[in-house]
Amino acid sequence: MALTKEQIAQRIARELRDGYYVNLGIGIPTLVANYIPKGINVVLQSENGLLGMGPFPFEGNEDPDLINAGKQTITTVPGSAFFDSALSFGMIRAGKVDLTVLGAMEVSEEGDIANWKIPGKMVKGMGGAMDLVASARNIIVAMVHSNPKGESKLLPKCTLPLTGLRCVKKIVSDLAVLDVTDQGFRLLERAPGVSVDEIRQKTAGKLIIEGEIPEMVF
Amino acid sequence: MNKVVSHAAEAIHDIRDGATIMLGGFGLCGIPENCITALVSKGVKNLTCISNNAGVDDFGIGLMLQQKQVRKMISSYVGENAEFERQLLSGELEVELIPQGTLATRCLAAGYGMPAVFTPAGVGTEVAIGKETRNFNGKDYLMEMAFDADYAIVKAWKGDTEGNLVYRETARNFNPLMAMAGKITIAEVEELVPAGELDPDHIHTPGIYVHRIFQGKDYEKRIEQRTVRKA
Repeated sequence: MALTKEQIAQRIARELRDGYYVNLGIGIPTLVANYIPKGINVVLQSENGLLGMGPFPFEGNEDPDLINAGKQTITTVPGSAFFDSALSFGMIRAGKVDLTVLGAMEVSEEGDIANWKIPGKMVKGMGGAMDLVASARNIIVAMVHSNPKGESKLLPKCTLPLTGLRCVKKIVSDLAVLDVTDQGFRLLERAPGVSVDEIRQKTAGKLIIEGEIPEMVF
Repeated sequence: MNKVVSHAAEAIHDIRDGATIMLGGFGLCGIPENCITALVSKGVKNLTCISNNAGVDDFGIGLMLQQKQVRKMISSYVGENAEFERQLLSGELEVELIPQGTLATRCLAAGYGMPAVFTPAGVGTEVAIGKETRNFNGKDYLMEMAFDADYAIVKAWKGDTEGNLVYRETARNFNPLMAMAGKITIAEVEELVPAGELDPDHIHTPGIYVHRIFQGKDYEKRIEQRTVRKA
């Protein structure tokens, strides 16, 4: 069975470590906040100007001045700080953010990422993604392995306009966990009930398979 | 020197067709609602607008797009606006999409008196086309120019008669950066107080950057994505 969005988020959350400053992108990455392991302290950075993002507010406590980068109403946690957008990207550019999690339309075997534009069809803009991928020390991509037509989104080369070059370190897809290495995608784990063959079939880029590939456990 | 004007129409009275205007805000958070309404009423056209987003169809900069007042938008993210996407794909509207940190830093450079900055954002992408690339310590950076805007229009929480500004929560975003970057900076505030009432230690934008200030009215502060958790 392919992972649900929640399971992708849950698996990514296992990569979090105590003391990490983390930026979570829009969509599946936002869900990672729901699965931060007990006993560790992680500070969430929202690039519109907040360190110490808390959960969504209870109904009636929404504050229009307090939103995340996805424009959702949020709260703060004790010890939070507000700042302007230049300082926000300053701390990102300076490498202060330990981990960035974002979505992607395509990732190449060299770690290139495309996620902001489909020429002639959809132009939403890169937002902060180009700044994040150019500077983050560690980038995990949350994505589905193939598009609705069954075509792989893990490619030898990206076909869509790029967001950044050679920056993705790890991918958690609905089928697998993979590291991006100098040699290509290295398969680390597979979704429960998903075979290595299926992953091989749905990965167009170079795939490295060594030894037994364990199933993820939820 | 009196910086205080009575309302938005007076604050924007000299903005003409073809002007380049920066507008603060992130999504609909911290946008200068009163000045946008006044610009729509005034009907100025052929504007170049620099703003992180383009509002939604019926609020924020979206209102100016509906009236076809904008010739060119410089933004980082323009999703969630159908009229915008229609004008963009049909070629009626010129759009320059730039990385959000680059947008912020080009404002900062203007306010700091620096002609250009170097950033790694966009290296190897179509954002880099036509730009000078320099290598520092083994990594490539793009040279990005400071913005040159006729007006900056920002929204603050509180301001005083000297033009000092204080922002609230994430409504700060691009506002202090754009406030520094306009040849003429217009600030609308929720509460305008006499000089001396704001703690000088708490000022985010010093009044030297602000030319006109007024207390806005009827703030709607629309929420774009109301999201709550269950009790």
